[in-house]
Order: sequence, then C-alpha cells, then structure tokens
Amino acid sequence: MTNQAGGVEGLPREKVEQFDRELAPILKRYPPDRKASAMIPALRLGQALFGHVSPAVQALAADRLGTSPSRAEEVATFYVMLETHPTGKHLVELCTNVSCSLSGGDQLWAYLKRKLALAQAGSTTDGRYTLREVECLGSCGTAPAMLVDEEMYEQLTPQKVDAILGGLK
Amino acid sequence: MSDTLILSARWGKPDSAALSTYRADGGYAALDKALGMEPSLIVDEVKKSNLRGRGGAGFATGLKWTFLPKDVRPRYLTVNADESEPGTFKDRYIIEHDPHMLIEGIALTCYALDIHLAYVYIRGEFARQARILEKAVEEARAAGIIGSKLLGKKDFDLEIHVHRGAGAYICGEESALLESLEGKKGYPRLKPPFPAVVGLWGKPTIINNVETIANVPWIVQHGGDAFMALGTGKSGGTRLFGVSGHVNRPGVYEKPCHYNLKKLIMEDAGGILGGRKLKAVIPGGSSSPVLAAHEIDISLEFDAVKAAGSMSGSGGVIVFDESACMVRALARLTRFYAEESCGQCTPCREGTNWMEGICHKLEHGHGTAADVAKLEQVANSIAGNTICALGDAAAMPVQSFVKKFKAEFLQHAELHRCPSGDHGWGLTQAPRDAVAGPVRYAR
Ligand SMILES: Cc1cc2nc3c(=O)[nH]c(=O)nc-3n(C[C@H](O)[C@H](O)[C@H](O)COP(=O)(O)O)c2cc1C
Ligand code: SF4
Ligand code: FES
Repeated sequence: MTNQAGGVEGLPREKVEQFDRELAPILKRYPPDRKASAMIPALRLGQALFGHVSPAVQALAADRLGTSPSRAEEVATFYVMLETHPTGKHLVELCTNVSCSLSGGDQLWAYLKRKLALAQAGSTTDGRYTLREVECLGSCGTAPAMLVDEEMYEQLTPQKVDAILGGLK
Repeated sequence: MSDTLILSARWGKPDSAALSTYRADGGYAALDKALGMEPSLIVDEVKKSNLRGRGGAGFATGLKWTFLPKDVRPRYLTVNADESEPGTFKDRYIIEHDPHMLIEGIALTCYALDIHLAYVYIRGEFARQARILEKAVEEARAAGIIGSKLLGKKDFDLEIHVHRGAGAYICGEESALLESLEGKKGYPRLKPPFPAVVGLWGKPTIINNVETIANVPWIVQHGGDAFMALGTGKSGGTRLFGVSGHVNRPGVYEKPCHYNLKKLIMEDAGGILGGRKLKAVIPGGSSSPVLAAHEIDISLEFDAVKAAGSMSGSGGVIVFDESACMVRALARLTRFYAEESCGQCTPCREGTNWMEGICHKLEHGHGTAADVAKLEQVANSIAGNTICALGDAAAMPVQSFVKKFKAEFLQHAELHRCPSGDHGWGLTQAPRDAVAGPVRYAR
C-alpha cells in the first residue's frame, strides 16, 4: 500500500492493530483460500473501529483479505448498513414499511423529524443524530419498529421514542 | 385439525434458548437416531414428509436435496435467515426462542447430504438474533455436538458459522445470498445453473429457509408420514404464519399448513381493529398478490392460495381495514422495490422506479386515469423479463392492487387527492399487544 491520502497509512496505528486482532477470529469462519468472503464482517469491524467505511478502511479490509480495493468499495456502497460517510453519533432508523405504518410508523416518522428538528432524513447540526427511514425490519407483528445504533426497539410510541433517545449517552 | 406444534412448542419456556433446556426436552435425540441410519433414509423421510420451502417459493425440500450432483465434493449448506420480505417475521422467533432446534436441523441436513460446512446467512439488522444463534452454536461446539464428531460419537466433522449481512433485501434471493456470502455485492446470478449444482464458491450448495430446516428434527424423530399427515395435498406439516396490520392481536401463529386464512385473521388474530370491516389481505409477504375481503375464505396451503390467485409465500399476512388507503399502501410498496432492486436488469431497475413515481403522483393527487393504465402496463412489462424473481415480486402487488381496487386508484385521479385524508394508513395507528406462539409481547 502506497503512502497516499486515504491509504491505510493514514489510519491510527493502534486501531489498525486492533482491527487485525479482531479480524483473526472472523477469518477462521471461512476456508483459508476464501478469505474474501469475510468482506462484510471486515467492513463492519472497520466501521465499528473507525466510525465509517472510508476509502482507507476499504483499502485496509481489501489488503487483509487479499482482494482489490474496488471489491471493497463495491461492497461498502451496496449495503445500507455500511456507511461510506461519517454519520451522527447515534443512528436512528425507523421502519415505515406497510405493517409499521399501519401501526403508526408513518406518524412516528413525522414525530422524529419534529423532535430532531430535521426537514427530512439526515443528521442534526450538532452531529448527535442521524435519522433515516428504513425498510421492513422483520418486526411487523410488534410494529412500529426502529433500530438505534443497530439495536432493535419495537411497539414504539412517541413516549417510548422519547425514553429511548433520552437514555442515549 | 390437529393441534400439534413443531416449531413453537418450546417458545416461552424458561431459558428456552439454552442447550440444557433443549436437551431436557428431548433435543438432539433426532440426531442421535439419525446417526444410526443410512443418510439416504433421512432424505427419503424428508421427501415423504411433503415438507415445502418456507422461504417463499414453497419448493419441495426433499426434491431440492436430490439435485445435488452425486460425485462433487465439497458441498455446502446455507441457511437463509435474511427474513426481509415486508410482512414476514417468523424465522427470528425460531432463533430467539429455540436456536438449538435450528442447529439440530442443520446437523441432520448436513449428515443426510454429506455436507461438512454450513453457514447461516442472517440479515444485518438481526443483531440480537445473531448473538443468540452464535452463542447456541458455541454451546453446541463446546458440548461436542458439532465439531470433529457428531454428538461426540460419529466420525463426521461439521462446522456451522453465522454470517451477518449488512442490509439488502435482495440478499434473501438465493443466488444473491451466495454472492454476498462470497464477499461481493448482492447481484443475483443467472440460472441455470442452480445453486444445488453450482453454488457457494462454485460448489454444489443447498439453500433452505430457517423454518424449513427447523422442521427436520421433528421429521426424523416422528417420521415423514406423520409430518405429511399434519398437512394436506402436496404440503405437509405446520407453518408459522405472521399476522400484522389492522388486527387486534398481531403475531406469529403455528397452524397446519392448510389452515383457513379467514379463521386465522378473524379468530386467532382477534379480528379487525375497532370492529371495522376488512378491506384487503396480503396473504404471503408483500410480493404476493393482494386479496379483497371476500376472497379470504381459503386454505393457506401453497397450491390452494395459488388457485385463489395469490401466493402463500413466506406466510406473512398483512391485514388492511376499511379505513386504509390502498393507493398509499401500494405507493409504499413500490418505493420498497425501487429501493431494493439491485439495478442489474433494465426492466426491473427502470420499471420499479417508474411504478414508484406513478404511485407517488396518484397518492398526492397529481395523477390521471392514464397514469393508472400506465402503472399496469409497466408492471406487465417487468414480469417474466428479469434475472431474478424480484422483478415479478415488484410487479405482482401492482398488478393485483390496481386490478382489485381500480375504483380507488381512479378516484385519486378524479378528486386530485387521497379520499382517505392526509395519511391513508387507517383510523387506528398505535402498537398493540402481540404474540409469538405462546409468548406475549405487551406493548
Ligand atoms: C427478492 C427475493 C427475496 C427473498 N428473500 C428471502 C428471505 O428473506 N428468506 C428466505 O428464506 N427466502 C427468501 N427468498 C427465497 C430464496 O430465494 C429461496 O427460494 C429460499 O431461501 C429457499 O429456501 P426454501 O426452499 O427452504 O424456502 C427470496 C427470494 C427473492 C426472489
Ligand atoms: S430482477 Fe431486479 S433485483 Fe433481480 S437481478 Fe434484475 S435488477 Fe436485480
Ligand atoms: S413493516 Fe416495519 S418491521 Fe416489517
């Protein structure tokens, strides 16, 4: 890897070491000649450690998995849970698909926008929250549902939403 | 009709996900029994059982297993826990409440098919379910149930791994799932060849849904005939039906696979909210054609729902009462498919966007009668012209909604607004107490 901007060298060394340590057990799940299969877990790990999947993180994952950065980029941009740009400190993702909206999801979407003073999906100016609508979360019986920092919350009401967001650090 | 429960029998027992609970309840006895059987006899029992895939297509499981070429090794098993079809929420409860039943099903399937490596592909949004399953696999490994010997006695090595996705509906489609598992974006592959012949890393691969595989221990334990007898026609066993939307008691209900749809909604799920009238039902996940209220007195068996013009699909039943706007609902669904189309083929990529645009226009009062006709035309031009079934999945709701609720679509065009008011999602919009089999989830 060359020492260019956006290259692996730009990433903090201790965190890269941590990445390598935590990647090792993940790699054991795939045959040794099929390391590239670990691309999603590797990018998720990168996201957890570095905040988002920047080109440097993509390059790091590609390097460790013995594949090309373009492969990492293809994956990083395809999946909605991989963030290629920085997000707010907390990610709030509300399902507004049919079963949720039949139980108040659409109204909660309006409520959340009001609460976070956002006109549409996006990040609050203080960088504390990123709000977005997502597709069915597999919680249609216990609708409406949302993910906050990738953990699921169900049977939501405005009061519950207040309590959940209020409890965040 | 029998009340036999296969999938949800242990749900709600204290610590139901723990290995000790599963064992105390006779768990892994089927695997023990199988280890004394010729592997091919297990396949025979599954064939006899009339088990059909619970992931959406309802394909005969035993038959699928016989598509593996005889002499190619290694072979792989991938279990589909992507569960992303709107209205579908059943596999998660198997994993949450009884993960060892799934693990035993995987072990049995692998033993029957001479497979030594299995992956469970679980959607990225199921963080908690992934943790539960990983813990259960770890427990099974530590107890010597899987690993170098099955149940610590049979020389048959088996590894099971949990692979988490990262948010993409298309990765539930089996060939996209394989691409994703290979570390790529989820682009469906052209078929044939089918995964059973050329699958993961180019090797023969069986892909089955979580619920499908979770039935295998019961079939081995009680015999294929007993499973068949729980169902009817070409469909054996029970199924997990998820009921959501405008019902009094939403949730997952385990019923014989030919249970009556109307009874499921009106009795089990407690009937329609606020005593209002039923308007429409999507019987098998968002991709299945919608049924009007008068069409729901039918058996949920795969072929019966097909005969009624829809699909039993993933068993996800979405209920709309008379206060809901069908244009609004379809607008949301078309947005979903436009969002989730992988973009690989033109009819699907362009068509889903087009349908979304037209529905949006109609819902917001800017559409015309010509738009309604256009909508049908676009849907018809997608169906059958794409690499994977997402194209059809996007077309079917449009075709059926417009056909069955045409007056409502035209009314939007004439009035230049939604007749149901500004939101169209119905009169009662609040969470309700829900159930998953015997488990209650108070709101
Ligand atoms: C767009 C699309 C999405 C799908 N999503 C899922 C899914 O989330 N879970 C699933 O089990 N099957 C899903 N399927 C069906 C799978 O392709 C495949 O048929 C199924 O996993 C096979 O297992 P079964 O025979 O046990 O049902 C989907 C199919 C399509 C076309
Ligand atoms: S039908 Fe749609 S989702 Fe399927 S391969 Fe074509 S573009 Fe992708
Ligand atoms: S529609 Fe929201 S979780 Fe399924």
